[in-house]
Amino acid sequence: MRIGIDVGGTNTDAVLLGDDDAVLAAVKSPTTSDVSSGITASLAALQGVRAFDPSGVRAVMIGTTHFINALVEANRLAPTAALRLGLPATAALPPMVDWPQRLVTAVSGRAYLAHGGHEFDGRTISALDPDELRRHAADMAAHGVRSVAITSVFSPVNTEFELRAAEVLAQELPDVAISLSHQIGRIGLLERENATIVNAALRELASDIVGGLFAAVAGAGIDAPIYLSQNDGTLMDVEHARRYPVSTFASGPTNSMRGAAVLSGVTTCAVVDVGGTTSDVGVLTRGFPREATTEVSVAGIRTNFRMPDVLSIGIGGGSLVRGGGSSVTVGPDSVGYRLTERALVFGGDTVTATDIAVAAGRADIGDASLVAHLDPSVVKAALARIAADVADAVDRMRTSSQPLPVVAVGGGSVLLPDHLAGSGEVLRPENFAVANAIGAAIAQVGGEVDRVFTIEPGRRGDVLEAARAEAVERAVANGAVPSSVEVLEIDEVPLPYLPGGATRIRVKAVGDLSLAPGAASDRREPAAVGTRG
Amino acid sequence: MSSAVASRQLREVGLDEVRAISRGAAVLGTGGGGDPHIGALMAAAAVRAHGPVALTPLAELPDDAVVLPVAMMGAPTVMVEKIPSADQVGRAVDVLTRHLGLRVTHVACIEAGGVNSLVPVAAAAELGLPLVDGDGMGRAFPELQQVLLTLTGVRATPMAVVDEKGNCAVLDTVDNRWAERLARSVTIDMGCSAMISNYAMDGAAARRGLVPGTISLAASLGALLEPGAAGDDPAGAVAEHLGGRVLATAKVVDVERRTTTGFARGTAVLEGSGEHAGSTMTVDFQNENLVLRAGGRVLATAPDLICLLDTATGAAITTEQLRFGHRVSAVVAPCDPRWRTPEGLALAGPAAFGYPDDAVLLEGVPA
Repeated sequence: MRIGIDVGGTNTDAVLLGDDDAVLAAVKSPTTSDVSSGITASLAALQGVRAFDPSGVRAVMIGTTHFINALVEANRLAPTAALRLGLPATAALPPMVDWPQRLVTAVSGRAYLAHGGHEFDGRTISALDPDELRRHAADMAAHGVRSVAITSVFSPVNTEFELRAAEVLAQELPDVAISLSHQIGRIGLLERENATIVNAALRELASDIVGGLFAAVAGAGIDAPIYLSQNDGTLMDVEHARRYPVSTFASGPTNSMRGAAVLSGVTTCAVVDVGGTTSDVGVLTRGFPREATTEVSVAGIRTNFRMPDVLSIGIGGGSLVRGGGSSVTVGPDSVGYRLTERALVFGGDTVTATDIAVAAGRADIGDASLVAHLDPSVVKAALARIAADVADAVDRMRTSSQPLPVVAVGGGSVLLPDHLAGSGEVLRPENFAVANAIGAAIAQVGGEVDRVFTIEPGRRGDVLEAARAEAVERAVANGAVPSSVEVLEIDEVPLPYLPGGATRIRVKAVGDLSLAPGAASDRREPAAVGTRG
Repeated sequence: MSSAVASRQLREVGLDEVRAISRGAAVLGTGGGGDPHIGALMAAAAVRAHGPVALTPLAELPDDAVVLPVAMMGAPTVMVEKIPSADQVGRAVDVLTRHLGLRVTHVACIEAGGVNSLVPVAAAAELGLPLVDGDGMGRAFPELQQVLLTLTGVRATPMAVVDEKGNCAVLDTVDNRWAERLARSVTIDMGCSAMISNYAMDGAAARRGLVPGTISLAASLGALLEPGAAGDDPAGAVAEHLGGRVLATAKVVDVERRTTTGFARGTAVLEGSGEHAGSTMTVDFQNENLVLRAGGRVLATAPDLICLLDTATGAAITTEQLRFGHRVSAVVAPCDPRWRTPEGLALAGPAAFGYPDDAVLLEGVPA
């Protein structure tokens, strides 16, 4: 047995899965501001639905939006310093140059520039200067800095200076948490540095929350490892979660997509998650969400860590329906959480997409007699509008002309037709309401390589093979069963304007999490953390 | 730019203009030229530190003005990682000024498309000099000699190449092609992102060889593309502003990429939609979009501007961002008339990029 829990902004979903991944029990409860009491309540509720022996639980997987919410609300962020290695380069744009002032203030952000950094091919820009770092450390201590983000130019190519600077700082500031950019982001200095600073600012909170999760699970008598789900749909152990809270930022949509795949049995598909205000469309390839290739803004900060590629359109159960005949519009504005007062079927005065679904006999919500007067041609036109817009969104997310099956989840999915133009049948799995928690419970771990390689003529095969082997090794180091690891993605991008075969290669490997007793990620003795989760 | 629509003449570049230029320069980049984002951040930081940059219309340049263009050379991918040092942008101009023994009066842009539309704004702010409202191409091209100045006889050298460490090279070459070749070698040794200053010229030569008004044009294009500003046909609005035409609305159905001699080459296949439904088009690119075809027939080629814009927002899509499912509008706009001469076509027409096709240029452009 394993337990999956998704702590969303509004609801906490929890599921108990059998060893064959069958859903044994599922519960939904309101999210509490105190994480541990919410988890305790969810575990008790699961016991209430179906009694189970806590010692038979082999793993607990948790997805949480707590960390991203803490950033958006600028709440409980640690006083943080950004140390950048690269002088004399990069001084034109110091750390946090593009941040909203509100967040710079919230993290008491201090920026330090020092010598170091590498060129694109691994040569040094300038030597690391330990004395310079010690002077910066003294200034950090004088200003009460409690967490430091270290970013060195081209550290995805050469990690040496970030590691050495961390050693120097750790000697000077033994109680300060240190985050290293090469473990968090990709090439693109400002975006990687931003993600690292955000991570650093969340370290203290992460430690508290992880401690709370640990206590809550132990309190329920469960003696099994705990994992947190990451943006890319893989898991990390609690020690990793303490160190890399940013890795949880987009786990919500990811869990929902992965849960949809398990529930429907389709692992390469488009997932349409229809909520109250928006429909979010993502694409799964062999069970994993496709990642966004461009920068992602979080709370107004540009970052480049791994996030799922999600297209949101303004169509949901609460969308306003206007006009008549062929000019019917649906959304993008919505009555949102006030659906139960404003929609016609609940006695309100506003025509919403939910009213259309009830009038068309697709849903049985509220009082159907209150929408009996709606013009059938308007109902038909509104449904056609929704079908066309969702079909278009799915089409935009496809990466090839191959048809892609569509799986619909979320409360608003009744709005979707049974067939979508260009995609065919829409699959509607059972248990879609707890897709998030099921997504969290799917135990796989990953390893990734993302670097600029020099490919000499005739050596492309060897270089790719070395990159694949490194990704597989990292997955195993992160707790994957070696025989189960497979390479999920290889992305090879020649760098323009650069002769000499410089090529950026990304390889991602995943495998099943080892659940054997005494496995590397036993929660009581956390193993060394892999370089990437 | 030979645009039929006059852009409002800007007199200075402040923070709002930096943002607008960045958006417009992405369109003029015709798919290449590098992401203007870093250039915009650098220009904004310099403007915050030193105040807005005065913009001098080309027509107002005195004959004896000393104009030094400045640009970033190398890989945009490197520039987003190894950001220049604070003084590096201005130093290329300083080095060349000292070498020439002249007192520089104006900074200028080599290209109006992409990141190099804004690097000179940062340099002008650092140096406290006015910027000329014009550039050497009216768009973006990959190689240093591909500027109108080559046609009007301005030499690319002496040329300064500086890195962030304080190294500088001053090149003196036999022609502009050699300047490209040697400067690129130096740039790679400097870590693949360097600041250059070259094509030193007086005011009269600048008026003969630069495309007038392109900074203002980028800013007005950018203003047109502010969210909500262009109505429901932003690509049409861009085409009209550039005196061009929307040749296709389409969906990207395939993108094939390969790399040869350091350039990202490839072909995007577009499936027509709306009034273009049923037709299939292709765009050949080498960093920039260069040849647009439909059913074996060439519709447009460089040196005209072939811009792929997001149909919904009008935002420019770079050749690196192109992927299946993108809804794009292909806008073709006329290049500067000087590019349409036999010499201009030899320098930047399809043959200069290795395509066998003859140049096909938008009709109705006054020569």
